[in-house]
Amino acid sequence: MQIIKDRNISNDDWVIAREIDDAAFVPKDNTIFPFSYWQLNSGDLLKQNTSHAIWIDGDIETEQLSSHLNHLSIIALDFPAFKDGRSYSHARILRDRYNYEGELRAIGNVLRDQMFFMLRCGINCFEVTEGKNAEDALKSFNDFTVRYQAAADDAVPIYKLR
Amino acid sequence: MYKYDNYDQTIVDERVAQFRDQTERFLAGKLTEEEFRPLRLMNGLYVQRYAPMLRVAIPYGLLSSEQLRMLAHISRKYDKNYAHFSTRQNIQFNWPALETVPDILADLASVEMHAIQTSGNVIRNTTSDQFAGIAKDELEDPRPYCEIIRQWSTFHPEFSFLPRKFKIAVSGATSDRAAIKVHDIGLNLIKNDAGEVGFNVIVGGGLGRTPFIGADIRPFLEKQHLLSYLEAILRVYNRFGRRDNIYRARIKILVNDLGKEEFTRQVEEEWSHIKSGVMKLDQKEIERVQRYFTSPEYDDNASDDTSFNELEKSDKGFSNWTKRNLFAHRVPGYKAVVVSLKAPGIAPGDATDEQMDHIASLADLYSYGEVVVTHDQNLILPNVKQANLFALWKKLSKKNLATANIGLLTDMICCPGLDFCSLANAGSIPIAKQINEKFDDIDYLHDIGELKIKMSGCMNACGHHHVGHIGILGVKKKDKEFYQLTLGGSAEKDACLGDRLGPSIVKEEVANVIGKLLSVYVEKRQDEERFLDTYRRVGIEPFKERVYPKTPAKEKAHANN
Ligand code: SF4
Repeated sequence: MQIIKDRNISNDDWVIAREIDDAAFVPKDNTIFPFSYWQLNSGDLLKQNTSHAIWIDGDIETEQLSSHLNHLSIIALDFPAFKDGRSYSHARILRDRYNYEGELRAIGNVLRDQMFFMLRCGINCFEVTEGKNAEDALKSFNDFTVRYQAAADDAVPIYKLR
Repeated sequence: MYKYDNYDQTIVDERVAQFRDQTERFLAGKLTEEEFRPLRLMNGLYVQRYAPMLRVAIPYGLLSSEQLRMLAHISRKYDKNYAHFSTRQNIQFNWPALETVPDILADLASVEMHAIQTSGNVIRNTTSDQFAGIAKDELEDPRPYCEIIRQWSTFHPEFSFLPRKFKIAVSGATSDRAAIKVHDIGLNLIKNDAGEVGFNVIVGGGLGRTPFIGADIRPFLEKQHLLSYLEAILRVYNRFGRRDNIYRARIKILVNDLGKEEFTRQVEEEWSHIKSGVMKLDQKEIERVQRYFTSPEYDDNASDDTSFNELEKSDKGFSNWTKRNLFAHRVPGYKAVVVSLKAPGIAPGDATDEQMDHIASLADLYSYGEVVVTHDQNLILPNVKQANLFALWKKLSKKNLATANIGLLTDMICCPGLDFCSLANAGSIPIAKQINEKFDDIDYLHDIGELKIKMSGCMNACGHHHVGHIGILGVKKKDKEFYQLTLGGSAEKDACLGDRLGPSIVKEEVANVIGKLLSVYVEKRQDEERFLDTYRRVGIEPFKERVYPKTPAKEKAHANN
């Protein structure tokens, strides 16, 4: 998929497995698994010598991930609709409370005009929606040069600069 | 009042550029209607019944005369020469063309104003006591904290897509004039036993379809923790507030579903992770912002004036006005003046461009260039010397701004209703007109005394009908406009929700029914009782009986059963 990672446009071969209901499913490398699948199969998956990735949405409680973080190089956060803001809190908690340093990838309905907020919450990688221009999207990171409040980026409350 | 520095100005300027780009993309067909919707909503731009409506933020209701002049200019240049002050201490333009909105925002930015977060599921404009800074019963001026909250909440990256809109109010006085118990978060400045000033935190109040009085989740919060505690509350809400049903999505439902104890536990748990970090508020910052809200240089001899008392005795019109439209000031010889936007025949809260310009000049002449928007859709000149009151009254009268009805029956709160709003069941402005026509005798109004009538055109309750002494709610029955009345609500210290009077009534009867309610009050009142006091003492029955008398036919039907 086409992604913007750390402010660069690139392609990678991670594939999101949205649902796995087939008992005969054979896991492939570079699959972003649903968290529920990972929970059931992490023992087997960890035997393989690869990087591991999962995705979650707002229905999962962030705290459930805490004992898995060491093994995960990507956590994809789903934004099923622009209105669903729960994954912003996932990102903040993973970065600020658990100091998670792997990749946080926004997937789903990732709108250009929301990427500035996502970035500030600690999301560093964005799935580019089919048919949308990644160059245009990159520009939106520069919409604002001033940030009032601290978040998961390196911003401090603006008053400390005054 | 607060002045922008380079940082603040940059943010509003960049916002204008961003919205200009978004509007251009939409007009060029690069953004669909559906994609543009959330973007315009984040800028206070609704598409209404007949035209777009642009809501402009007036942080905690405070305006400079220069800003008010700009609002007049905008109504003249881009709209139909008037604007509407809302119950949220904001202002709304009802007829701007979409293409001109980026220009309007640029004009606003030139006087340190914006439309950021005036709609959408975000933290909205923080509201406050309309008499902040001058009230006698004030412990501390709440506005510096409103400004600190404004900055923290502006483009908050985590809380820009909440389950629903989110409203915070701050009060610093003994009387609650900011309705803190019916806000998502209400903050009250109080002193603890050790003599320190901090916040009492109330969460989960609100009106709308399921009205609640807020829960007191923290009796005392130290000032340094203000932002971390707010962040903890918002995080719990953002994660666990309902998103499946917009009528169940406000924080009041979450608080009620979890129960006050469990909700509080979750907030405190979240807070324990963030309270000692970067979110801790510096005392230095509080003091910096406080320096913007210092008092003007008052005249020590202002109370020496004797002309005020004499004129009050000799001029009936003037004394009617001073009885209703003045508010006590903590400095002797000064008054706060309420400019009535409730003249008969005018939609409550509307002001023309000429009136706005006029008030701006009067603010410069008599009140240090400041104007405050009230929750009741009037304006205040907060610092007027008593020696100037008569001249001010004369000048206000010239532009129909001196109706002596503040707090009285005709000082109604009224949402835009069917005339503008696409969600409305029924009109509210025509009802205001009907009431004004029936009750046009100023002596009668003064005799009836304090009475808060609040009207909403649908269950969303923008007119706060639940907390009106008399509440009026528009409903639709068989495609006809009907009105449901409630009695005994209040949004103040004694906050409570009104009780339903009975079946809804037809449009033509609303003013008559109010007349009947008032006749019961006049018969039953004791001493100095207000309508609300009498109601609380005698209960709803006598009012019910007068409005819905049992007809003999019905009694017969009963007997036959
Ligand atoms: S109460 Fe209803 S009719 Fe009135 S402004 Fe709000 S949504 Fe519109």
